[in-house]
Amino acid sequence: MRATVAALVRKDARLELRAFESVPAMLMFSVSTFVLFHFGLDRGALAGDLAAGVLWVTLLLAAVLGMNRLFLAEREQGGFDGFLMAPVDRTALFVAKALVLFCFLVAVELVALPAFVILLLQPGPGQALPELLAVLLLADAGIAVVGTLVGALAVQTRARDLIVPLIALPLLVPVVIAAAEASAPLFAAGGAEPFPGRWLVVLALYDAVFGLLAYAVFDFLLEE
Amino acid sequence: MTFGRGLRALSIASAALITGAFALVFFYAPNDADQGFIQKIFYVHVPMAIVALCGFVAGGIYGIKHLRSGDRADDLRSYVAIHISLVLAVGVLVTGSIWARAAWGHWWVWDEPTLVSFLIVFLLYACYQPLRFSIEDPERQARYASVFAIVAGAFVPLNFMAVRMAESLTHPRVLSTTGGAMPGEMRLTFLVALVGMACLFATLWKYELASKSASIQLRSLKRRLAGDAGLAPLARSASPQRL
Repeated sequence: MRATVAALVRKDARLELRAFESVPAMLMFSVSTFVLFHFGLDRGALAGDLAAGVLWVTLLLAAVLGMNRLFLAEREQGGFDGFLMAPVDRTALFVAKALVLFCFLVAVELVALPAFVILLLQPGPGQALPELLAVLLLADAGIAVVGTLVGALAVQTRARDLIVPLIALPLLVPVVIAAAEASAPLFAAGGAEPFPGRWLVVLALYDAVFGLLAYAVFDFLLEE
Repeated sequence: MTFGRGLRALSIASAALITGAFALVFFYAPNDADQGFIQKIFYVHVPMAIVALCGFVAGGIYGIKHLRSGDRADDLRSYVAIHISLVLAVGVLVTGSIWARAAWGHWWVWDEPTLVSFLIVFLLYACYQPLRFSIEDPERQARYASVFAIVAGAFVPLNFMAVRMAESLTHPRVLSTTGGAMPGEMRLTFLVALVGMACLFATLWKYELASKSASIQLRSLKRRLAGDAGLAPLARSASPQRL
């Protein structure tokens, strides 16, 4: 299983590094959305829950772009058939794709978060950076798990680009709630406020429940 | 497949229970001290919401059964349960809005966690039919719809928990207040209304199952008589078309 997952992740990483199909698009989308929010809200700087909301809605919508494309090569170039013919555990595809989406999200955030701090956030996260990173990683894990499942569900339908956001956005509402509530005090106007740790528990719980659930049902999306 | 068995008794029972519940609502249950007459919408709204949520979860359970056995009838059961729950959910949102307008003065209130969670669940399940409709192969349609039903069914309780934690809990929670401080007459009326609504759901569920399976069987009989040439081609549909 580990070798299969590694091979699949390597394949996707190589595809992404050669063609740059997902990450740059997600990144451009995030930065453009920050600019849109600047003009839409008509604010030079954001703080507190407003900043957290803008950050999380933007990251979530950018993640939807990645979900849309996650299984596209598998479907259009026969990757599913090749994978199903290989004598390997099918769940490996789920684990590999979730890891890939997680890495994509981390890569996007490596640039989008500094861009957000420079463009909109006032004051910067400063001392609260470790807490913010914990929130980001846990939320990314949840988005990656749900996004992989929804991407696999939608890629075989006719209206793929419509189905992904329609299903993924309601499913990810708890992630947005928890992530926004957890990061709002970190962005507070008067410097970071005490951090509500229970939201990290909610995020971890969400990740665990949907991780197990997706692990259990993913095989049924591959059978031919 | 005999989905129609016991349908008559069930129909009579749910008609009697619904009528009885309405009689209790109007002539037996006292008017609420704060809200007056409008509070009686509670006896329609809350049972409908509970039954709709249970129907969504039941759809997920039949989805699990379908994936385990591959039995198309289980996919049909899951589809019909979610379909009827969706219809009830529209009713819940409408009655909830009317109640909110009367009790709090607004058609929609964001700081009532139950309301918000229900809206999110409704939005998620509203994608069930489009998802089915956009998959042509019937096998795959059934399998993917079951996966959706399972994930969404598990999402229902998790979502309610997350939304409830996020709200400041300024409003009293309907169920805990009604469970705790509701006077006896109100509680009895509520329970009768709840059982009546559950019976209504079961009746509608069985009716739709019986109707769908009858038309599926009719089609296969026609095919045996006239062959494929004598049949109009099946239109693409969100509902299962084979058993």
